[in-house]
Amino acid sequence: MTYIKKPIFRHPSLPTNEIGLTYRDYEGVVSTLCAGCGHDSITASIIDACYELSLPAHKIAKLSGIGCSSKTPNYFLNNAHGFNSVHGRMPSVATGANLANRDLVYIGVSGDGDTASIGLGQYCHAIRRQLNLTYICENNGTYGLTKGQFSATNDKESKNKKGLDNPFGAIDLAIMAIELGAGFVARSFSGDKEQLVPLLKSALQYNGFSFIDVISPCVTFNNHGYSTKSYDYIREHRSLFGELDFIPEEETINTSYAEGETVTIKLHNGNDISFKKLGADHDPTDPHKVLNTLRNNRSDGKVTTGLLYVDPDKSDLHDTLNTSSKPLNSLSMNDLCPGGEELEEINNQFR
Amino acid sequence: MSSNITYNELVIKFANVNGSGSASANTFCAKSLYRMGIPISAKNIFPSNIQGLPTWYEITISESEKLARKEKVDVMVAMNAQTYASDIDEVASGGTFIYDNSIQRKFDRDDIRVIGIPIAKLCAAEYTDQRQRQLFKNIVYLGGLSLLIGIDIDVIEKLLSEQFKGKQNLFDANLKALTIGRKYVADNIEYPLDKQVRKCNRNANKIMINGNEAAALGALYGGATVASWYPITPSTSLVEAFEKHANKLRKDKDGNINAAVIQAEDELSSVGMAIGANWNGSRAFTSTSGPGVSLMGEFLGLAYFAEIPLVLFNIQRGGPSTGMPTRTQQSDILTCAYASHGDTKHILLLPSDPNECFEFGYKAFDYAEKFQTPIMVLSDLDIGMNDWVVDQFKWDDNYSHDRGKLVTSEDIEKLKSFARYRDVDGDGIPYRTIPATHPDYGSYFTRGTSHTDTGGYTENGMIHAEMLDRITKKFDTAKEYLPHPIINLNSPKSKIGIINFGSTNVALNDAMQDLTRNGIGINHLRIRAFPFSKSVVDFINDHEFVFVLEQNRDAQMKKLLISEEDLDTNKLISILNYDGMPLTANFIVNNITEIINNNKNIKAANSPPIKIV
Repeated sequence: MTYIKKPIFRHPSLPTNEIGLTYRDYEGVVSTLCAGCGHDSITASIIDACYELSLPAHKIAKLSGIGCSSKTPNYFLNNAHGFNSVHGRMPSVATGANLANRDLVYIGVSGDGDTASIGLGQYCHAIRRQLNLTYICENNGTYGLTKGQFSATNDKESKNKKGLDNPFGAIDLAIMAIELGAGFVARSFSGDKEQLVPLLKSALQYNGFSFIDVISPCVTFNNHGYSTKSYDYIREHRSLFGELDFIPEEETINTSYAEGETVTIKLHNGNDISFKKLGADHDPTDPHKVLNTLRNNRSDGKVTTGLLYVDPDKSDLHDTLNTSSKPLNSLSMNDLCPGGEELEEINNQFR
Repeated sequence: MSSNITYNELVIKFANVNGSGSASANTFCAKSLYRMGIPISAKNIFPSNIQGLPTWYEITISESEKLARKEKVDVMVAMNAQTYASDIDEVASGGTFIYDNSIQRKFDRDDIRVIGIPIAKLCAAEYTDQRQRQLFKNIVYLGGLSLLIGIDIDVIEKLLSEQFKGKQNLFDANLKALTIGRKYVADNIEYPLDKQVRKCNRNANKIMINGNEAAALGALYGGATVASWYPITPSTSLVEAFEKHANKLRKDKDGNINAAVIQAEDELSSVGMAIGANWNGSRAFTSTSGPGVSLMGEFLGLAYFAEIPLVLFNIQRGGPSTGMPTRTQQSDILTCAYASHGDTKHILLLPSDPNECFEFGYKAFDYAEKFQTPIMVLSDLDIGMNDWVVDQFKWDDNYSHDRGKLVTSEDIEKLKSFARYRDVDGDGIPYRTIPATHPDYGSYFTRGTSHTDTGGYTENGMIHAEMLDRITKKFDTAKEYLPHPIINLNSPKSKIGIINFGSTNVALNDAMQDLTRNGIGINHLRIRAFPFSKSVVDFINDHEFVFVLEQNRDAQMKKLLISEEDLDTNKLISILNYDGMPLTANFIVNNITEIINNNKNIKAANSPPIKIV
């Protein structure tokens, strides 16, 4: 796969979105991941989500750390600037980038090694700060590039490919995110585009920190019979938390779902998330109930997916820092340099 | 009264307990002397502690502008019984030792004058509040001292009135404490001392400022919009000053701030944020000290290899490890020059005082964008945290920020092609876009992995080697753009030179005067940047022996010179100091004199200076 160059060719009859772009305009270079890798499905979902939202690709910045998952920003949105940084440090680079220009859409792609081990501190602090970032953790429970070591999200009962026990328990990144005050927290499965695309669309429109933990099986190192991150295991043990559709401001509520109670959550920026409740008790805006359900499901061996938690009223880092409404990187020397006369005043302060 | 009166040539030292409020009284003293127009230098010698440990504040007063620290003190204000013994040892013969004799002590020196002022008793009689009793002790000794050495009371009063503007109660209370001290001295002690101060007019165009504040102002004038940092002594006050000034000078019409200051969770994150912001087209910086630089290593390599602008202020302190957090050193030269694994090399700027902290502070951002690489400004604790009297700052309103080869959306439409890492102009410096430059052109993938000239991943060894070579070329281009060394060839016939950098300059200037007087002629070059300008190499080649003065054990600058330049290494002679204190002139004079006297070849290379400076 590595050596194939994608031809730049667009069929004239390809459908276009609201800004006149085709699906192809949102693609990246050809993936070099293993055939069947869950990450490639996530890539396809990201492309779908951006296309369907009609986001101008060049106004998106895509950032990552190190690992298989962190390679993927190269595989979507060719017209967006990408930044494959250092291991576990995507959140800090994304923070700086976001501070420089608050007007772009930021997609951070990370893996479970990147997020739950080496970069756990940066992950926590980006959440604390309500960085306006869509943070996607492509979670496969294993270190693929170094050939199959356990990661910190691998369940204790999940053995490795050689049948060896995992000595330590798993970190649940979604539970952590809710505990730390993330405004939007979801979990999904790379194999379920129908669920993942609406989640991504909602997350991308969310003003604040949105986190999606996407279980993404590693076909080479963690897809065996005694893994809890295999395609089969996830399909069998999934517990849907709710179905979701994302509705841009101007559209009416889409009711393509089967009968059931639908709740619409109005986001800060005017967009709506329409959410179909699967249980009477389910309220994605109540962190205590959500955490309870997640913990219970987890002890029952279930993997809860869907929109887990949303706080429609969170403010983002720029609000907290009281930064200018204009992107800082657009300010001119006149805006930034106080000049000679002011320096006289400053000199006088030190006399 | 003795007839041996001298003016404006003395060293005052305050010995205090930290956390007792002495810092502001001592600063009042220094500032009053500065306002009297007298050349001074002030050094705060403080512990890494919040309350209870010994702390000192030294003021060197010298109308002849010999402002380096001295070994001996003329007037010791000893307010800490824990350190009486060592403090009295430091007093020069004929000097004065002032202490709080609320508890009487006997001291074993008959060659100095001991003055007791019952400060604690005076305060106990005047104030009922415990905290006030403690705090005003400092102002009482300042009052006493002011009469003893002749500090202009009007100057102190004016300073107090500015400091406590709008707080009449505090002003009155401080003034009262000042008067208590003065009155006690007037009534009980023979004054003034032989060593006195008096007004002179030498500071009209000078300001009194520390290097961290200066560097912060430099960053502000340099257009920095993002400052990400993690607290660490002695760099903390730099970003705090930036934030203070930005909140005032960068407020937009909506009351929002044209800057973002963010305290990160650690140094890895702080440098990561600065890199992210620079990547996205903001001028961003971080500020730290040695341990922070160690933590930032991996990211610095990324910025170097992915060619992302970055400004890093390193306010050096005593290492290794946690070392001496509140003492000064120049011991991060090699760590910074070669920070990060693999073949990396970084541009260093080496300011010698707050004025250069300001100048390099804004220029660093130009260099960072011009050369698309980290620029490390290596200040130190002495420059960064001590108040210096320096020339006032200047700004040329015709100056504009040099953003280097940053491609705009208009430019990119005209360009036939864009390759982020291609050497189009032959200077090793490629063109750069930032995110959202253009809908169709200019996007690329930034990575720390080996890349082609368009930013694509590669494992092709030839391409990798070419990339490293191009970055080297870029580095060579930088040499002649960076601040040139300051050279003083006052002994053109002498074949002896001395090289220094940074804060050692004050002591070296004093030492050069003494050496000159002793008939030793030495030419002087002060390095201000790395990579080294050609004139540094020429200077070394033009001399038979070159002293390299630096404040670290391992002769780091000498090693950098040797490793980077083709030099006759035998001619480089190290003079090293690493006790964490700002240098004294005697240290330099004694070392050089001894080396010259013990080596007939060096002695033969000497030729006295043309004129006595």
